Amino acid sequence: MGAVDLARQVRTGARTARDVVEEHLAAIDDRESDLHAFNLVLAEEARAAADEVDRRVAAGDDPGPLAGVPVALKDNFCTRGIPTTCSSRILEGWRPPYDATVVTRLREAGAVVVGKTNMDEFAMGSSTENSAFGPTRNPHDPTRVPGGSSGGSAAAVAAGFAALALGSDTGGSIRQPAALCGVVGVKPTYGVVSRYGLVAFASSLDQIGPFATDVADAALALEVIAGHDRADSTSIPHASPSFADVVLQGVDGLRIGVIRELVEGVDPDVGTRLAEAAGALEAAGAKVDEASVPTTTLGLSAYYVLATAEASSNLARYDGVRYGLRVDGDDITAMYGATRAAGFGAEVKRRIMLGTYALSAGYYDAYYGQAQRARTLILRDFEAAYASYDLLLAPTTPTTAFELGAKTADPLTMYLSDVCTIPSNLTGHPAISVPYGRGDDGLPIGVQLLAPALGESTMFRAAAALERSLR
Amino acid sequence: MALISREDVAHVARLARLDVTGDELDRFAEQLGAVLEHAADLAALDTGGVPPTAHPYPLANVLRDDVVRPSLDRDEVLAMAPAAEDGRFRVPRILGEAP
Amino acid sequence: MTAGVGAVTTTDWEMVVGLEVHCELATATKLFCGCRNAFGDEPNTNVCPVCLGLPGSLPVLNRHAVELAMRVGLALHCRVEPSLFHRKNYFYPDMPKDYQVSQYDQPLNVGGWLDLPDGSRVGVTRAHMEEDTGKTTHVGGGGGRIHGADHSLVDYNRAGVPLVEIVSEPDIRSADQAKAYVNELRAILVAIGASDARMEEGSLRIDANVSMRRSGAEAFGTRAEIKNLNSVRSLGRALDYEVRRQVERLEAGEAIVQETRHWNEDEGRTSSMRSKEEAYDYRYFPEPDLVPLAPSDEWLAEVWAALPVLPADRRVALAEAAGVPPNDPAVGTVVHQRLDDLVVAAIEAGAEGRLALNRAANELAHRAAPDPRSFAKVLRMEGDGRLTATQAKAVLAELVSSGGDPEDIARAKGFEALEGDVVAAAVDAAIAGHPGEWERYAGGEAKLAGFFVGKVMAATSGKADGKAVTALLRERLSG
Repeated sequence: MGAVDLARQVRTGARTARDVVEEHLAAIDDRESDLHAFNLVLAEEARAAADEVDRRVAAGDDPGPLAGVPVALKDNFCTRGIPTTCSSRILEGWRPPYDATVVTRLREAGAVVVGKTNMDEFAMGSSTENSAFGPTRNPHDPTRVPGGSSGGSAAAVAAGFAALALGSDTGGSIRQPAALCGVVGVKPTYGVVSRYGLVAFASSLDQIGPFATDVADAALALEVIAGHDRADSTSIPHASPSFADVVLQGVDGLRIGVIRELVEGVDPDVGTRLAEAAGALEAAGAKVDEASVPTTTLGLSAYYVLATAEASSNLARYDGVRYGLRVDGDDITAMYGATRAAGFGAEVKRRIMLGTYALSAGYYDAYYGQAQRARTLILRDFEAAYASYDLLLAPTTPTTAFELGAKTADPLTMYLSDVCTIPSNLTGHPAISVPYGRGDDGLPIGVQLLAPALGESTMFRAAAALERSLR
Repeated sequence: MALISREDVAHVARLARLDVTGDELDRFAEQLGAVLEHAADLAALDTGGVPPTAHPYPLANVLRDDVVRPSLDRDEVLAMAPAAEDGRFRVPRILGEAP
Repeated sequence: MTAGVGAVTTTDWEMVVGLEVHCELATATKLFCGCRNAFGDEPNTNVCPVCLGLPGSLPVLNRHAVELAMRVGLALHCRVEPSLFHRKNYFYPDMPKDYQVSQYDQPLNVGGWLDLPDGSRVGVTRAHMEEDTGKTTHVGGGGGRIHGADHSLVDYNRAGVPLVEIVSEPDIRSADQAKAYVNELRAILVAIGASDARMEEGSLRIDANVSMRRSGAEAFGTRAEIKNLNSVRSLGRALDYEVRRQVERLEAGEAIVQETRHWNEDEGRTSSMRSKEEAYDYRYFPEPDLVPLAPSDEWLAEVWAALPVLPADRRVALAEAAGVPPNDPAVGTVVHQRLDDLVVAAIEAGAEGRLALNRAANELAHRAAPDPRSFAKVLRMEGDGRLTATQAKAVLAELVSSGGDPEDIARAKGFEALEGDVVAAAVDAAIAGHPGEWERYAGGEAKLAGFFVGKVMAATSGKADGKAVTALLRERLSG
């Protein structure tokens, strides 16, 4: 059962929050050891939180819009007093002294946190194989990856461990695992959800968003966590809209463009599902055409320069001085070098070095400077497209879930799978991945809807229509 | 021809305070070289007259009032520390002044 | 042939100095978080996720810090422009994030200047905002020095405190001018309420860039940066030393190394810290967690309108009122002591300008000020000749310590002006009583005037006016 229905049941007293959480904890007990979606299951804390929700309901107090809904949190959200590791050895055991804003908002809405989910280390990766604590497996086929970097959160929802999960999306890290696991994943407009308490990977690209089993649940979750936060200077000041009615509004008259440049180069069955989705939207009343956004493919290079550059700076603080892992040395420089060598995995080291290189003297303009200018070109290209279209349609990822170990030999191969999702992080525009059928291998496929800045309502409308077309 | 040499990798590793082994230097040089080669499309892009985008959503002048808010409890702060002494964070000897 | 270290042949050489001054802004809270901005609290008690740089934390800019930084810029005649924050990346344990949020190529304030009491002007290149670092103490070496230390301890109370870094043009040409620049800057910072600018508390820090060039040359020589200057006096001493050191090398045909040098107060010398032959690669890029800062015209106008009268303007106003040039040293002293209002009021109440200036500068400095009417009255009494200079100073001292009315004080002290013939009689008596000295004085030993003045003073219990006595002596010479 999804979040909307669970919350209604708990709020009306039809079911206790405790009952709901026990059901999900049982599911975790059953399959977690096979899937490893979590770094940490919070069974006792979840029970206590559920009991508190039940007390509020019994007292006639408003328990919140997500009352009793089990939620999983990616392990890069700061949770006060609870280990937050980013799946890295360098933060193993670290307990933040504060909660991320989104965590506070979820708790205040009555949600019940069931655990911290596994991820690629510091959100760098597309398969959750870069975790220092072992990979997560795809619930549809445990020999395959769930996607990344929010693989644990996607798997948790797909496996029924939680009704909702939160992830972070810097280059596709919510949408891609959502597609591979057959669930809904949303990356909102940059600035709509506060980043305060999200351990930063790439500050101008990171956004927090929900995983859910259906669009209405995702919309509810986004409503709860979105909105201005004074603790985040990049948080958009406007009030956050309500999406409750939006999902029923249909797509009559909406102009939707299929991004030609992203359709080329995907697996045949992914292409077929996309064409079917386009057809379904037309049948539902939208006008669907082919659109061209030529600079999208440029996004990959610009992203890998910008994201790694910002990351190289954001990860400098992990130096063994104030928290986390320390490997002692004769002097502080030796300590820094040994600590970071022992604490970071290979992918993180690669990206730190690449980012440092891109910012270094003599290379700044050729790499970082060019990437910032390319970002402008990509933004302009999308804005031009939105003059003709209300929404854009594209694949979420070129393939279905690949096997564990299939792409780990060559980092570049892994990077190339982000080509469909990266543009939305560069532009800051919202995007959603909606499950749309299966591949020839029986594995889930997702399709992506992209909207202009603050176009979440339109995006949810079309996503819900797509979802309905499958029923 | 490698786009990034062993020496380049050693240099950035030093800047980033990352100890790397000799093998890693070679491996990283190769891997990073492949990525940079792929990024050649970026280098080739004509961006004359195009301004950079630093922030995806244009905001300006986000300010807060100069009002004291509660600080963290010192014990909580030092409990996280790998090493502490006299209410301060303890680190191995520092060999030079800040750059 | 080289000159010894002691002697400096500065006739051939010109010193070129630029100063970088960091001042801590007098805000209640830090630049990016609500932790207290306070000096001397227990270590690590004013810290939070933001200023500790904990994972997930984000900065939010302090409005009052921006206001104070704008005041600094406007007081230094800078243009206040739209600006960005940048990250300056380097590793050091006093840096919680291992990058410092600062401003790089788009700073808040650009292109100003500072007028000094002696009338010279020093350009200000820029004055930008940045966050301060924590404080490190070194344990185990001698005297808390980094050299030979076993380990170090870090306190982050100061991390995140707002700073303005004021960079001067290389316009300074002497150690005195450098000291005057710092003193003037301090006076401005205090006057506008931006900082308490105390070097001993670290709320004002100075680094000096020094180079030498041949007099008349246009190109700048290679410069050395001097750090660890803990007082204005140290600044002066360090510049004097550095000038001698550089000239000695240059005259010996050796080059100056571009480097950072540490001033050693006890040894009275600078020593090399590290060479800057390769500038450190800070990899500056725009801070993605902060948005651009572009103060509105309205805000700028408000800050400008609220600026108090600045020391340079006070000097001009005082000089005009007193009828002297603005670079008169007494004018500088009086303004520096904040006694200019008093002097101007006294002048308006009838006191003579030059006299008012001198008395205020010499007798009232570092003391409580008398009220303007009483001050003016004493000055008028002196001007009229009713009080001698010595008597006027005594009355002023009494006025300052116990208050009262100048006429009453003078009367109580028995300061009545003596009748002219009483003085004349005392002069004649002194001459008659010391014929030998008189003959020598008449013969040209002018110094002996003092001898006779002393005798007359003794005979009149100090009530005679020294100037009048001297005049009478000269009369007796010719008569």
